[in-house]
Amino acid sequence: MNFEIILHSGLATGTILLFAGIGAIFAERSGILNLGVEGMMLLGAMAGFSVSLSSGNAWVGLLVAMFAAGILSLAHGLVTIHFQADQVVSGLSLTFLGTGLALVLGEGLTGQNPPLIPDVSIPLLSQIPFLGPVFFENHSILVFVGYLFAPLSWYYIHKTRPGMHLRAVGQKPSAADTMGISVYGVRYFYTFVGGCLAGLAGATISLSVSPGWYSSQTTSGQGWIAIALVIFAQWNPLRAALGGYLFGAIRRGILDLQGPALLFGFANPLYVNSNLGFFLQMTPFLLTIVALVMGSRAAARKRLGSPAALGVPYVRGERGH
Amino acid sequence: MNLPFSIRFEKRTDDVPKWLPAATAIGSVVIAFLISGIVLAFIGGEPLRVLKFFFEATFGNWAVFSDTMVKATPLIMIGLACAVAFKMKLWNIGAEGQFYAGAFFASLVVLVPLVPPDAPKVITLGAMVVMGMIGGAIWGFFPGFLKARYNVNEIITTLMLNYVAIFWNNFWIFDKWSDAGFQMTPTFPKTAWLPRLADLAREYPVFSGITLHVGVIFGLIAAVVMWWVFKRSRWGYEINLIGDNPEAARYAGLNITRNIILVMMVSGALAGLAGMSEISGVVHRLQEKISAGYGFTGIIVAWLAKLNPFAVIIVSILFGALIVAGREIQPAGLAYLLQGIILFMVISSDVLLRYQVRIVRKEQETV
Amino acid sequence: MEDTPYAVEMKDIVIRFPGVLANDHVNLTLKKGEIHALLGENGAGKSTLMNVLAGLYKPSSGTINIHGETVNFNSPKDAIAKGIGMVHQHFMLVPTQSVTENILLGLDDPKFIMNLAEYDKKILALQDQYGLKVDPTAKIWHLSVGEQQRVEILKTLYRGANILIFDEPTAVLAPQEIDDLIQTMRSMVAMGKSIIFISHKLQEVTAVADRLTVLRKGVATAEGISIAGVTREKLAELMVGREVVFRVEKKPQKAGDVVLSVESVSAENNKGIKALNKISLELRKGEILGVAGVAGNGQSELAEVITGLRPCTGSIKINGEEVANQPPSKAIKSGVSHIPEDRTKVGTAPNLTITENTIMKNYGEAPIGNGWSINFTEAREYARGLKKAYDILAPSVRTMARKLSGGNLQKVILAREISSSPKMMVAVQPTRGLDVGAIEAIQTLLLDQRERGTAILLVSEELEELLSLSDRIAVIYEGEIMGIVDAEGADINELGLMMTGTKRSAQ
Repeated sequence: MNFEIILHSGLATGTILLFAGIGAIFAERSGILNLGVEGMMLLGAMAGFSVSLSSGNAWVGLLVAMFAAGILSLAHGLVTIHFQADQVVSGLSLTFLGTGLALVLGEGLTGQNPPLIPDVSIPLLSQIPFLGPVFFENHSILVFVGYLFAPLSWYYIHKTRPGMHLRAVGQKPSAADTMGISVYGVRYFYTFVGGCLAGLAGATISLSVSPGWYSSQTTSGQGWIAIALVIFAQWNPLRAALGGYLFGAIRRGILDLQGPALLFGFANPLYVNSNLGFFLQMTPFLLTIVALVMGSRAAARKRLGSPAALGVPYVRGERGH
Repeated sequence: MNLPFSIRFEKRTDDVPKWLPAATAIGSVVIAFLISGIVLAFIGGEPLRVLKFFFEATFGNWAVFSDTMVKATPLIMIGLACAVAFKMKLWNIGAEGQFYAGAFFASLVVLVPLVPPDAPKVITLGAMVVMGMIGGAIWGFFPGFLKARYNVNEIITTLMLNYVAIFWNNFWIFDKWSDAGFQMTPTFPKTAWLPRLADLAREYPVFSGITLHVGVIFGLIAAVVMWWVFKRSRWGYEINLIGDNPEAARYAGLNITRNIILVMMVSGALAGLAGMSEISGVVHRLQEKISAGYGFTGIIVAWLAKLNPFAVIIVSILFGALIVAGREIQPAGLAYLLQGIILFMVISSDVLLRYQVRIVRKEQETV
Repeated sequence: MEDTPYAVEMKDIVIRFPGVLANDHVNLTLKKGEIHALLGENGAGKSTLMNVLAGLYKPSSGTINIHGETVNFNSPKDAIAKGIGMVHQHFMLVPTQSVTENILLGLDDPKFIMNLAEYDKKILALQDQYGLKVDPTAKIWHLSVGEQQRVEILKTLYRGANILIFDEPTAVLAPQEIDDLIQTMRSMVAMGKSIIFISHKLQEVTAVADRLTVLRKGVATAEGISIAGVTREKLAELMVGREVVFRVEKKPQKAGDVVLSVESVSAENNKGIKALNKISLELRKGEILGVAGVAGNGQSELAEVITGLRPCTGSIKINGEEVANQPPSKAIKSGVSHIPEDRTKVGTAPNLTITENTIMKNYGEAPIGNGWSINFTEAREYARGLKKAYDILAPSVRTMARKLSGGNLQKVILAREISSSPKMMVAVQPTRGLDVGAIEAIQTLLLDQRERGTAILLVSEELEELLSLSDRIAVIYEGEIMGIVDAEGADINELGLMMTGTKRSAQ
């Protein structure tokens, strides 16, 4: 069990959760709950893979992946913003739609080898002792994008005017409305952003971190973990990034636990009976529940928690919000 | 374009016409089929041939109809499970996991064994029913408790437990109770098999090969019970009230915590019963794949049926048909896509229940 | 652009919503430098008319001229651009953001990076100009209601508004604060602003307005009449359409034994701040104890600890039985009825029928409750009886609660709460937002209960109502009782002082 490898791997797989999670943060901050992340991620994974194959350019694939997922999320936006349908069920339908489209259109992609997003190392930084190789050596370009994206997102949300408007729409849409801000416009925009980022997360999987197309196994529940991560992160992009990296590291750690015959000097039960590995596989999901409980209790204690208008359709003139 | 009238979308002021919810449900299905057909044509398939095949493969003769009903059986129970949870605005996405939990606990009766192997069929099956429901109830209890006590989002917790249930199941069938190293337990003894029409083949040859089993009776009974709960029982009233306005329910003295846990347990128990029905009536063993995504399809069934127990039966038959036909139809993801489109259409069409289209003649403006 | 003495001219305005005609050919004019009152009872259409002026709705027909120029507002931004600023009744403020952030919401400057410190200074300067003091860096949810209102006003002034609309501004203020507000309005007018002041309270309107327009059920019954020579009686008649009796009949009655005893109770509000501070009071059989106070001083929390909806320390006894920190079912079993502050969010279930709403507390008892089931035929009979007795207007008992008007919904709640023959009632803002007819009905019902010996704790923001209904009035301020006086012969000034924190001197 090499901790450096675990951390390194965690940063890579965590980037997936980072993109999907921050995308969800943007959408939820505007008041729209989109549970379809898993479906949009899968769609993004497939679209990125497929377009990279047909165009010969992984970056084009990436862009199309983002766009496809973004467009799909607009359907959710229309139904929840204009039709004011229940956001939970609409998001679930999006999961089905995204997954279904991905599986149908992705027929025959398994085993193909399209161009991928390359791995790079940053010259000076990767020479820093201990941290250098872990953080800056041999990572997908997207991982480095993630390093910048999280703090930039935080800054955008908390220190800029558009970020202030975003927060206002999610907290008290009537206040934003009377000051001339288009509540619907803001919500559509960030729903789209959330969708694009989910698509990006998916493409990060298939074109970079875990390359390949494995049908529904490609995302294997990470979209849902990303949604839980948002609550754990208290809608803060920096915490979402950290949480994502932590989860990634844990998942790698679990894999590595099954390998060696000796574990910290004791006989490794997993080495003896590989079926015990199933319990390890449960761990990320149980941990998600733990993270969620922690996040919910923190929210209750601080009494602030989620954006006040999250999940509530906005109608001008109605009492309440 | 200066028309003598204008079209307006307005919030509905009178009551929703009684036929509208059913019409939107049926309309959603029709449109979903249309869209799927278009997608199919887009990727080079033949929609009309597929549609014809669909009807032949699902309702064409008694044998395939029985297959459809066999697939519908777990859907009825899971649809009811989702319906009772959704009535109280508890989003139970974990019916799949509760199904597996129910299957596992029911299997324990045979695998441990909890009941002597030579016990009469009624005892064995009865024990399996009870254990199946207990297993599902336990699986529903945990998310319910977390929600009631700590307001933890039940969508995620129930979903996560789906994965946990499957891995849990896998361990036991790969390891301790594996049948010679295969990923499944040995076939259950006949006393653990739910009776099916094929059993009567000797007296009634027409039933030969018909796999319809007693599980469907469970489903029908459950539907009647849930109908009574929703419409006539005190508990059903409480569920309605809490689902509509939990603040008011609390003010009225209802115990919300207790009800959340209870509803999640009942929901889980119904899904668990479906699990027991499936292993005892269909596969006759515990194995890795016992669900064709019933837990998720059940969500759509409940929503399309507008949480009405009897409508759940009808919708389950439709989706049972989709599953039967979907086994043969390429590409594999089409059934999934179809379900997604149906659900999407249903929620979009809900807007028609809240808004009405009014054509207003322009001269009529002055009152 | 013509040269005109009118800042605003609204001509022939018709506003139609699905199923209701909110404004029917209304004319309203606002002269430059005047305070124009828009009067009418709840539901008359005043807020709707002003929402059109503020750019939130478009009229179905009619024209609007601002300083002589015909305008067509497509959004609030257009109205703001023309110098119109609205101070809403329910504040449009984001609770988690600071004063400065709220004031800067929706503007173009600063464009991207929010360097708040610079703007904090600008806002302080603005405050000095108008005498409206509040800390720019404070988060809204920390501020008192009066301070929040100041932020609402500053929002409009920062945008250069010269036409200001105040929508029911005094509802949340103590008498002294109302005087301050009137002063502020007068000084704004002196600086060249024009003000429209929406209210349903006659005494305030007569104190400050130059001209008035009265709306009744969407129609203007008086347009721009001068305040000179108009009596309150005439105004009331214009508002309601018939002679209005100002006081309900209250028979003198001796209070009986103590029913409710609140001793040294402390509790926190939803934000974790102390809302009740070792508060004590007693309520007796057959009396109405009014609780007066500016919104946010602990009244809501007081009602909630008594009815079991909020935890607390201290003792609350009903007929000798301890009910503090017990679930609501305990209070209900002890014979306490509760008319909650929010009739739609707490008091009723919107998508349930009238029947289902009326049996909310007694669905377990025969003949409605029958073992595990509910006999809905009996329930409907019961509901029909209540509908008739309380004159609830609705197509049938199968009608969903959300279709009912405020007054009828409140009657459903009262019907339900009274028919359990309670020993004690907690009524919080029972007549808020209702028209005069409904108010009279509710007040009569409360007095009726008092005569039958029910002890009533009445929390209300309308001092007039408290004075006419209560036997004694307790004033609450920052979670403590400042003093309790007899309603008979109570001095409004003294009450006002107590409402703003002056303790009653020991007698």
